[in-house]
Amino acid sequence: YLGPPPAALRRFRRRLRACLCLAAQDARSPPSQKRRTEDSTSTGDLQPMPTSPPADLQSPSGPDALFSSPPQFRHAAIPLDFDISSPLTYGTPSSRVEGTPRSGVRGTPVRQRPDLGSARKARQVDLHSDGLAEDVVATEQSLGQKLVIWGTDVNVASCKEKFQRFLQCFIDPLAKEDEDIGLDLNEPRYMQRLEEINMVGEPFLNVNCDHLRSFDENLYRQLICYPQEVIPTFDMAVNEIFFDRYPDSILEHQIQVRPYNALKTRNMRSLNPEDIDQLITISGMVIRSSQLIPEMQEAFFKCQVCAFTTRVEIDRGRIAEPSVCKNCNTTHSMALIHNRSMFSDKQMIKLQESPEDMPAGQTPHTVALFAHNDLVDKVQPGDRVNVTGIYRAVPIRVNPRISNVKSVYKTHIDVIHYRKTDAKRLHGVDEETEQKMFTEERVEMLKELSKKADIYERLSSALAPSIYEHEDIKKGILLQLFGGSRKDFTRTGRGNFRAEINILLCGDPGTSKSQLLQYVYNLVPRGQYTSGKGSSAVGLTAYVMKDPETRQLVLQTGALVLSDNGICCIDEFDKMNESTRSVLHEVMEQQTLSIAKAGIICQLNARTSILAAANPIESQWNPKKTTIENIQLPHTLLSRFDLIFLMLDPRDEAYDRRLARHLVSLYYRSEEKMEEEYMDMAVLRDYIAYARSYVNPRLSEEASQALIEAYVDMRKIGSGRGMVSAYPRQLESLIRLAEAHAKVRFSEKVETIDVEEAKRLHREALKQSATDPRTGIVDISILTTGMSATARKRKEELAQALRKLIQSKGKTPALKYQQLFDDLRAQSDTAVTKEMFEEALRALADDDFLTVTGKTVRLL
Amino acid sequence: MPCVADWLNNPFSIVQGIFAQNVPNSDWEKKVTEYFKEKLKENNATNWVPSLNDVPVHYLKPNSLVKFRCMVQDMFDPEFYMGVYETVDPNTNARVLHFGKYRDVAECGPQQEIDLNSSQTVTSERQTFYCVPVPGESAWSVVVLNLQFYAYTSASQARVSPSTSYTPSRHKRSYEEDEDMDLHPSKQKEQHMGNSRSGGDIHGCVEPKRLETEASAGHHLISPNCSPPLDLNFPLPGEKGPACLVKVYESWDSFKVNDVLEVYGILSVDPVLSIVNNEERDSSALDPMECMDTAEEQRVHSPPASLVPRIHVILAQKLQHINPLLPACLNEEESKTCEYRNLAPLFVSNFMSELSPVRAELLGFLTHALLGDSLAAEYLILHLISTVYARRDVLPLGKFTVNLSGCPRNSIFTEHIYRIIQQLVPASYRLQMTIENMNHSRFIPHKDYAANRLVSGVLQLASNTSLVVDETQLEQGQLDTTGVHNVTALGNLITWQKVDYDFNYHQMEFPCNINVLITSEGRSLLPSDCQVHLQPQIIPPNMEEYMNSLLTAVLPSVLNKFRIYLSLLRLLDYSISDEVTKAVEEDFVEMRKNDPESITADDLHRTLLVARFLSLSAGQTTLSRERWLRAKQLEALRKARLQQQKCVNGNEL
Repeated sequence: YLGPPPAALRRFRRRLRACLCLAAQDARSPPSQKRRTEDSTSTGDLQPMPTSPPADLQSPSGPDALFSSPPQFRHAAIPLDFDISSPLTYGTPSSRVEGTPRSGVRGTPVRQRPDLGSARKARQVDLHSDGLAEDVVATEQSLGQKLVIWGTDVNVASCKEKFQRFLQCFIDPLAKEDEDIGLDLNEPRYMQRLEEINMVGEPFLNVNCDHLRSFDENLYRQLICYPQEVIPTFDMAVNEIFFDRYPDSILEHQIQVRPYNALKTRNMRSLNPEDIDQLITISGMVIRSSQLIPEMQEAFFKCQVCAFTTRVEIDRGRIAEPSVCKNCNTTHSMALIHNRSMFSDKQMIKLQESPEDMPAGQTPHTVALFAHNDLVDKVQPGDRVNVTGIYRAVPIRVNPRISNVKSVYKTHIDVIHYRKTDAKRLHGVDEETEQKMFTEERVEMLKELSKKADIYERLSSALAPSIYEHEDIKKGILLQLFGGSRKDFTRTGRGNFRAEINILLCGDPGTSKSQLLQYVYNLVPRGQYTSGKGSSAVGLTAYVMKDPETRQLVLQTGALVLSDNGICCIDEFDKMNESTRSVLHEVMEQQTLSIAKAGIICQLNARTSILAAANPIESQWNPKKTTIENIQLPHTLLSRFDLIFLMLDPRDEAYDRRLARHLVSLYYRSEEKMEEEYMDMAVLRDYIAYARSYVNPRLSEEASQALIEAYVDMRKIGSGRGMVSAYPRQLESLIRLAEAHAKVRFSEKVETIDVEEAKRLHREALKQSATDPRTGIVDISILTTGMSATARKRKEELAQALRKLIQSKGKTPALKYQQLFDDLRAQSDTAVTKEMFEEALRALADDDFLTVTGKTVRLL
Repeated sequence: MPCVADWLNNPFSIVQGIFAQNVPNSDWEKKVTEYFKEKLKENNATNWVPSLNDVPVHYLKPNSLVKFRCMVQDMFDPEFYMGVYETVDPNTNARVLHFGKYRDVAECGPQQEIDLNSSQTVTSERQTFYCVPVPGESAWSVVVLNLQFYAYTSASQARVSPSTSYTPSRHKRSYEEDEDMDLHPSKQKEQHMGNSRSGGDIHGCVEPKRLETEASAGHHLISPNCSPPLDLNFPLPGEKGPACLVKVYESWDSFKVNDVLEVYGILSVDPVLSIVNNEERDSSALDPMECMDTAEEQRVHSPPASLVPRIHVILAQKLQHINPLLPACLNEEESKTCEYRNLAPLFVSNFMSELSPVRAELLGFLTHALLGDSLAAEYLILHLISTVYARRDVLPLGKFTVNLSGCPRNSIFTEHIYRIIQQLVPASYRLQMTIENMNHSRFIPHKDYAANRLVSGVLQLASNTSLVVDETQLEQGQLDTTGVHNVTALGNLITWQKVDYDFNYHQMEFPCNINVLITSEGRSLLPSDCQVHLQPQIIPPNMEEYMNSLLTAVLPSVLNKFRIYLSLLRLLDYSISDEVTKAVEEDFVEMRKNDPESITADDLHRTLLVARFLSLSAGQTTLSRERWLRAKQLEALRKARLQQQKCVNGNEL
């Protein structure tokens, strides 16, 4: 039959690849370059394969001990069976008996690794035995150093030794504390991991390929190119060390090494035929997972005649049924005994490209994954994962009886390691994924950019260039995109301080508020866009629903939770109903969402910035009214916005002229020209992402001084008129804005200029939204109490006047409403509207002075 | 040297020849594409290639060269295939190299076996697109294409029959006769209404050819497993036509979903492909390697070849427009590589010279169609030549959604307006906004993860498709969740010219470029760029008769001119000089001074748009002062009408 894996083909390709790798290396290191040229003169087109680099460098005869020409190689490569320390015996049933000559290892059963494919016989080739190399006398080299696994340049012994050295010595110089809780950073990292295995009893060792690369570039390359051969070697090495150290340890099975974070591939789209049989890491989203599939690893046969039993291992996905009993020579007497055969768990998973990786206008690619044993059911549909595994391609047979083959291969990935990228989202900030995005050149470019003096202006003008002017609003949104620094005061009992900046845009219809929101939504990776009109409280928060299939309760998250670490854009904020709006209170200050529903009680993180847009209550802005009166939002909510901007139609000739020029230009300039002028959206996005994940500014001494002064000033303005007008919330806003501005500069320190800008922006925004229309004085108390100080004073005065008026009328138990109103109007020197009169009545009623029933006013 | 028939009927022999000559190095692939490119450039050779749009699959010869005009509906995963493979004869040990490109099945002779372990094997990558005919393609456009094809095939001496057995009835007609037929449009219409993909049901006469296709398709559906009929995933309901798996070998990254392509490639309908399915389904229980895909996915990704044929693409080109009356590419740079090299500029300049009479005629025609309302007709022209020409961040520029309000309720008027538009544009669809339609139809395409495909929806349309939304059909009633989603999607489409496709775990936005015309009684509930209130001058006693006579009265040649006019003007460039910019600025400032309340930036946006399309509709590529004034005048007229309408309504209330 046509066996699935074209083994020889694969090997051949592998050899070629090894040569390519060599060539690549050569380009870097002059000595080997020299060697190569020597070789190519003597041996033809196929490049030699070194055994292990140290041996090579020492021995002058090293290169000559290699194969020379390809055809000869193919014929000459009849392998010798070398059992010593070879992965040959690894994972086969026989090794269970023989084991490695150590007690601990012997006591612990070996578990097959279906993720590395069936235990294929990896043949080792002794380079010495090659007929062509016979003329060379390699005296200095020991036999072991010349063994390579056929088709690769992997020398088992040296590979093992190197990996053991790696485990014993590697200390990660870049390690961060939060990543490895409980690890001593100055001790070899993986030895501590082994200790952990000893204690916990989970026989898996995760190895970061990045670490391996920084330790030994060549070993890393071998791992990437020949995972199927190298990983078993690693396993062996680990087990030797482990049972050496902890001879009495009892594990379920021998330790298996799981490499992750192979830097080879990040994007599903970039997979190509060259990646076949290599170790790759890709990211994506799980969209479907199959039922558990039991896969036979080893079949148990029993002779029906003489009860002789035998085991047959799976080979390339097939079990070769023995046709003759070895014992009694009866043909076709062997029967499969199911419950004595060995099975392993297997699961098929479909992984889809993450939406961020997709080019616009194309549909996402998918790839099939096979998870084995422990990795089965580790991920659910919807999870974002980084998968490390071996990429496979298998030809499809048309029909076993027809020799034609469908010319297409089926591809899949055998999973070795999963890493959920959103697993941390419930606990902390997920920096991992974002960090990897930047290449060094990109970072350089961004840093270069950050040094420009006008970077703040540049960035803000790059923001939604099609929207005209509104410079300060754009600056505000820019700062919102950067956000403040996250501060944790949990230990002192204050919990987390909010780092996110909330902004409310309020203004006339048709002032491109929605467009700004749309732009922001498109810019940030985790943005959500909802309209206040259409969303309900559950849509924003989370709801519990019953999965129709499993009857399980599932928590479905709403827009606010989905935009955790992002921005939630809410259009038509004013049209949102009261109950929906009330869920925002918690989100906007505590940055969490509490849910108690259908037996699920939980608190979800919703560290989202809110960018809301609202229309004035009369749809057109009434300049005679305050912001509060114009938007009619509860001031508890309003005070949670750091910046409230008004977007008003300025009605100014110069503005009109500029606007017209801007709009006209939209209608004839070509797209390319427009792009030249402004910063690319992608650059802006990267800049923000970089700053968000790497820059964490702290307040400098001068800056804190400046902040204190600013705050005291704000308080003074209020206290001058006998009332507190600035609240600690405003101070916090100022700090956040200053931090965000420092982030724009990529500065680790918040300096006075940042505070200045924060103050200016805060004032600008306030000036617009909190100006008392009657006095023209900026008054923060409008935001905090919903009423300007003068209005409050006036109201009080009026109430007093009314009280006096009523008292002057003597002991009348009831008064006519209209009569009283007219009297008050006649008495007062300013115009008294009906509303003001009613307000005064209400104030008096609150003081238990009178009650109003219908058209009569009764004294109490 | 192979003769003409060879590269058409047996392209594999050509490929084999080139392959054999160049085998050790891999540039044979490039030579193959070059060869076919050259061949297709020769005098109108493209018209000789039988088209899958037109000829039923079972009449086409397998492994022959075909062309297909289609829209990319979905993209499947890339696949690895054997680019080069080796066969070995077990008896003689003779080894032969073969190419696997352009093939679904790696073939080998009866005495041969494929050596899967051969060192000569080259693994390559290709991408599969699921393509459907352009949704809502108008009947006339298909007819024109047919005429071109048959005209060339019958006129040429080296006559190439598209297949051995199929001689379509129309085939025998000469080009002159066809011209003659054009003079009797009613006859023509009857002939081709069957071809109509939407709205053709009134005539109810289905061509025999279509019947045949359906019959054969039906046959395949019923056999052999009696599984439910495969949904061919056409975006619009009631569409028929071949869906096709298009295998692309190079630069597949440049194609996007919803792109309209014209592909030339080798048709593969190997029945083995169907066997593959059955085999796989049967053996899946045994072979763990092949149970990766669900049965559902199998069905979708490898449907029977007789139902969904495969095309292995040799040449593919993105189409700027789908109007067959125009040369395929009009851009300067593109036309260099295009077979119509010399034709395009000539064609454009010729047409531009007679532009104004065409415009006048079209205006007259539409005025009649709109019951004598010339202002509405003017706006309709502007609407029909509008196109999104650029996007500034999220803002699409150049969209011009017109809301034609004041349409008589529950009359066939809107239907007839649609039929007229259908006659003018290459692709269109009439969306009846009934409560039921909104609640039950699929507007937004969504990903079906079980079958791993993008299930299409009404809003998955190719660029420049005319979408006529008929709001007069809407009654009071309750919209359910789907309905609300659909209305939102429609609103987003109009405002941002994008559709958010539903990928279950996330949404993805696909930009689009669709001309939306809303007909409604009062002001539409959907957003629009500009509302024109219809003021009928004549009320015909019999609408049906009136409209029909209108269509029959216009000469087909004139109708063709209209079609060219509308498609061509869309592609023109446009600019505004500094001088006019200044004037516009002044104007705007002046207007704001006089009436700051009612003139906003939006008004300026709209007036600029009107000016743009007004200039283009007259063939001018720059804005002149007169056009600007005319645009303002039109806007003023339109607004006055709305104001007046408001007053009328106010009085009634």
